[in-house]
Amino acid sequence: MTAAPVISVRGLRKAYGATEAVRGVDLDVRPGEIFGLLGPNGAGKTTTVEILEGYRGRSAGEVRVLGHDPADGDPAFRDRIGIVLQSTGVERHLTAAEAVALYAGYYARPRPAAELLELVGLGGSADVRVGRLSGGQRRRLDLAIALAGSPEIVFLDEPTTGFDPSARRDAWGLIRRLADDGTTVLLTTHFMDEAQVLADRLAVIVDGRIVAEGTPAEVVARVPAPTTIAFRLPDGAVPPADLSVDADPERPGRFLARTEEPTPLLHRITTWAVGAGLALDELSVTRPTLEETYLSLTGHAPEAEAAPDPGIGRRRRGRR
Amino acid sequence: MSASAGSRRGAVGLGRLLVRQLAAENRAFWRNPAAAFFTFAFPLVFMVILNLVFIDVPGALRFYTPALVAFAIVNAGFTTLAMSITIARDEGILKRVRGTPLPPLVYLVARVVHSSLLGLLLAGIVALFGALAFGVPLPLERLPLLVLSLLVGAASFCALGLAVSGLIPSAAAAPAVVNAIALPLLFISNTFVRIEDGILVSVGGLFPIRPFSDLLQALWDPGRAGPVEIADLAFVAAWGIAGLVIALRTFSWEPRA
Repeated sequence: MTAAPVISVRGLRKAYGATEAVRGVDLDVRPGEIFGLLGPNGAGKTTTVEILEGYRGRSAGEVRVLGHDPADGDPAFRDRIGIVLQSTGVERHLTAAEAVALYAGYYARPRPAAELLELVGLGGSADVRVGRLSGGQRRRLDLAIALAGSPEIVFLDEPTTGFDPSARRDAWGLIRRLADDGTTVLLTTHFMDEAQVLADRLAVIVDGRIVAEGTPAEVVARVPAPTTIAFRLPDGAVPPADLSVDADPERPGRFLARTEEPTPLLHRITTWAVGAGLALDELSVTRPTLEETYLSLTGHAPEAEAAPDPGIGRRRRGRR
Repeated sequence: MSASAGSRRGAVGLGRLLVRQLAAENRAFWRNPAAAFFTFAFPLVFMVILNLVFIDVPGALRFYTPALVAFAIVNAGFTTLAMSITIARDEGILKRVRGTPLPPLVYLVARVVHSSLLGLLLAGIVALFGALAFGVPLPLERLPLLVLSLLVGAASFCALGLAVSGLIPSAAAAPAVVNAIALPLLFISNTFVRIEDGILVSVGGLFPIRPFSDLLQALWDPGRAGPVEIADLAFVAAWGIAGLVIALRTFSWEPRA
């Protein structure tokens, strides 16, 4: 795990007018790994990736991808990467095979169209016009085109959004095989399970900053996500305010408490209940799931550094 | 720079890329019935209708052949290119192309050359149709100047099409914007309707279609329409250069919709 990174980012910032979409991102992606960039819509994922792909300039910071500065727009750089954007069209009047062959022809090391279509499971649709492919098929065609030049790095921006569960499994298998063959994959997603299944390492980005980084297990372990204590009280009984227990808005009579330190809180709750002579029906203590870790990270990001621009909330940026 | 596509690719490589791109553009174009119809059938339909409507008007036949050659060039270069490039932009095709090692200029040159070739082919068909169906002689004695004029016109209207595409906010707005510019100008520029004097001659003369149309009238029939004015050709070319300058500033590879 000491190979030199193929993507190296230091202090990356990107401002659009007065708003900063990316506010100091550091990243290292090693050859052959699947790196997940995880975050809610508008967190700066797409902006970051589009800077790495060479689509956007940056306001500050150092970026090296395969030894190139992507901002130079060097065709030699573009020859070595493959890109699946969130939504891009293909000439709808060409057949799938013609479209893949057209794009493959732009690269120094083209792969045969038939092989690419087979790889993404479109072998049977080679002669179908792009305009007649289903949404899921077009997404797979996007991937075939991204792989057309035998890229060393593939950028996948939310590659399975809109897929049904079985199509997602297929896509995951395909991405895994790519990495097994030595291709580096940089994947953005807002699905925790996708990052969990695919990513060797991941970074969670919120409001333009990376708030957690590591293997999926490390990220979950490192992040103090709340444990949930839940119980039911008899009609009319209300816990005292200093316990910071809230009524469950969905189920009357039930109460919830979220805490990063469940042991003392549980002790205080049970002490109060025993003292008041109340039974805590349906008492449960639930440890954080991956989903909750992610929500905890994205819902209220750690305020370690002072925010330089108060008043700017979560931005919605880019396509959808 | 490392050994890779950019440095290995010489002029021959670029030429081959351009030819492949042109072939793909052409294949996609002819498979799109709407584009093929509006670009190709429109001038021919107008050719038949206008000639039949004005068949008793003296000189109408001789007027409409060069007039509709002008329309064919404007339609293929300006209207069709502006619309199709805007649609390609908003569908994300341009952005996808921009992420590949294909030099952006090769893509744009292929689009412009394809639209120009369509315009030239169409101009040839209209001219032949005029000659065979209505007995309007081809200006073969001025062929070199005719070809030059058609080439300059095609390139200029393509450049203007690219410029306008950069100003169109979305693909949905493309037909409205493009037609709002092209149709009124075509009507006051001696293409659909004959306008020999009055204020519309002066107004039309400010824009490139009227001088282009006048140029073709003179090429076809200098005895009737007056001598060929090279100034007209220069004026069209100047508009084309202005279009290119605007296109370079406003053209976008990113979807805007």
